[in-house]
Amino acid sequence: MSRDNKTAHHLTYPRFLLSAFWRASEGSWVFYTWMTALTAIALVGAHAWALQLANGMAVTAMTDHVSWGLYIANFTFLVGLAAGGVMMVVPAYLYDDHDMHDVVIIGELLAVAALVMALLFVVVDLGRPDRFWHMLPGIGRFHWPISMLSWDVIVLNGYLLLNLHVCGYLIYTRYLGKKPDPRWYRPFVFLSIAWAFSIHTVTAFLYAGLGGRPFWNSALLAPRFLASAFVTGPAFIVLVLQIVRRTTRFTVPEGAIQRLLSILRVTVLVNLFMVASEIFTIFYSGGAHAAAGRYLFLGLHGHAELVPWIWTAISFNVLAAIVIHTPALYRDRRVLNAALILTFVGVWIEKGMGLIVPGFVPSTLHEIVPYAPSKAEWQVCAGVWAFGLMIFTVIMKVGLQAMTGEMRAPSAESDAHTINNDDHAEEAR
Amino acid sequence: MADAKDSTSATDTTVKRRVALKVLATTLGAGAFAKAIAPIQQFTASTNAQEWLQKHYRELSSRELREVLARLEAETKQKYGREVTIEDVRPQAGVQFAYALNLSVCIGCRRCVEACHQENNHDRASHNSYIRVLEMEQGSMDMERGRADYDHPVRDEGKFYLPVQCQQCENPPCTKVCPVEATWKEPDGIVVVDYNWCIGCRYCEAACPYHARRFNWRKPEVPAHEINPKQSYLSNRIRPQGVVEKCTFCLHKTRKGELPACLEACPTGARVFGNVLDPNSSIRWVLENKRVYVLKEELGTRPRFFYFFDK
Ligand code: SF4
Ligand code: SF4
Repeated sequence: MSRDNKTAHHLTYPRFLLSAFWRASEGSWVFYTWMTALTAIALVGAHAWALQLANGMAVTAMTDHVSWGLYIANFTFLVGLAAGGVMMVVPAYLYDDHDMHDVVIIGELLAVAALVMALLFVVVDLGRPDRFWHMLPGIGRFHWPISMLSWDVIVLNGYLLLNLHVCGYLIYTRYLGKKPDPRWYRPFVFLSIAWAFSIHTVTAFLYAGLGGRPFWNSALLAPRFLASAFVTGPAFIVLVLQIVRRTTRFTVPEGAIQRLLSILRVTVLVNLFMVASEIFTIFYSGGAHAAAGRYLFLGLHGHAELVPWIWTAISFNVLAAIVIHTPALYRDRRVLNAALILTFVGVWIEKGMGLIVPGFVPSTLHEIVPYAPSKAEWQVCAGVWAFGLMIFTVIMKVGLQAMTGEMRAPSAESDAHTINNDDHAEEAR
Repeated sequence: MADAKDSTSATDTTVKRRVALKVLATTLGAGAFAKAIAPIQQFTASTNAQEWLQKHYRELSSRELREVLARLEAETKQKYGREVTIEDVRPQAGVQFAYALNLSVCIGCRRCVEACHQENNHDRASHNSYIRVLEMEQGSMDMERGRADYDHPVRDEGKFYLPVQCQQCENPPCTKVCPVEATWKEPDGIVVVDYNWCIGCRYCEAACPYHARRFNWRKPEVPAHEINPKQSYLSNRIRPQGVVEKCTFCLHKTRKGELPACLEACPTGARVFGNVLDPNSSIRWVLENKRVYVLKEELGTRPRFFYFFDK
């Protein structure tokens, strides 16, 4: 590709963006319904957030006792989802799995969408989002390297940029009908593998570094975060791959799905093993440090608000583990998909109501103040998720059409790989 | 907007119709979005450009600081209807503050809690205070067996009382975690918050092992006649919505040689406060002669707040 005539990027790039916008907003009625529904939910969330800003965070159910809730729970989960995408990148690039190589961009696009959501969840959790500039290095007072949160800001934004670069580069070169130059993306891909581990490790250190919160102050937290990330990532991607297969012209090799499932078979068990270790430590040694664990799993002093949550999560994960290890069950795609959804939801609960909230109950003065998210919090969360799914849908649409050659620059039309990109042959959805 | 050339086989009219539809949908969407986030105006009306652009407390020149204080005084007048003075009271050289509390004489009457509430212009509706008193079982130091919500005449048989407030840790986990350095330890040992710099992430609240920090979940409300007009920038001025606050050992009083409001209110003399560098101070005497202990010593926070028993 570096061979001949220079491409005039200042002309082709804007054209590429326009084309991407145009294609992102083209689709069947299913697509329009899906996007309209997401827009509506996102608007409800935006409204709830605006009210929270105007009336104060008292509209949430958080208190000085439970000072982080659903928002930070979702943030933690989504960082895991973003990191989980790397489970496609590792086989594709480190083990040269060709099937995976064909679809690896989906993992990278998922990371982009998940990170946007994770960052939004931090923003909606701020009491003064108007002062965000205080965090900008140079003009604000960025407390790096002491504050773990400053590290998290760096690794999350860095990971977002890395993935944006890799995806953007691949999509743009495909659009131009050229072969991507490995020098422009391979180093970044390898960097992003290490970086994926760092985002979830640093996020775990955010909590594990707090000596005053014994429930979090555990060396197991970071490994546990990674294990659960590598459950949600592959589970979500296998579901997405099946949707892609049905609704686009993009070919999804069965090998990729099988590889992800075999990764999942291991990670689901590792995750459950770590939960079991946690339970053993809490109940065998007991004592005040185990109070939060007792509150979570069995209830404490007549309070048992989290007990249904955590046992739901554990049963979901156990069920899913059984299904994906039993050929008679997982051969039926519907059963398999149900199991994937179960484990996705299971980890979501485990990381949120099962991990963030019990860090605060009992409080540091051993008071038990229960927490259940308010309506406003649910609305904001739904809004952020809807917005994130909109982004994911749109970038997937554009990305995959560039990959298949449906979206091509006019200058690339002579390219042999170009597939018919007739607008009316309504492929997408 | 449309890159129509891209869709070569589409007829001109179809493309035009699609463009028109997309423009319409975008306009509708933008309109709906503007409507959805309209309540933000209420928020932006409560703040202003000078506040937004204000530098970190420790970066303000003395002229800028004077302007800030004047602005805050004017805002208090306008929002709360009360003439107040907001000073910037600096730490004194050769002073290191410490606090001690005699658990043998504390009766759990919560006068200190109330005094803090008034002195520091806390929100009235939530009855906020920087002090929490735990009713503990005689014979146990286990906080898990204590209660902060006791509601009966004190002092009760078989109980003792443990008031807890900011321990002004020597090694404070709260300041370490702040992503924007909005909270720090002053030279005289007091941990403060710049309420105009805090972004309200509440990481410090999660990090504090003593439940010493409070968040302004809504705009604090204090009736004009109940406002304590003697205020300072780093302590008891009325806090903005959405930021964290904490006990400052009443630095607006103590840095001028007065005693903290909670001590003045205590009817039993359980509280001892002073400069540990002064060999004749009563705090020095307590630390040298009583068997004092600190809360959660194992965490390595090294509190400046000590507890002791007489008998
Ligand atoms: S008691 Fe809490 S708020 Fe006070 S200095 Fe220690 S950690 Fe910080
Ligand atoms: S709430 Fe404010 S003071 Fe506390 S860590 Fe966040 S920015 Fe710093």
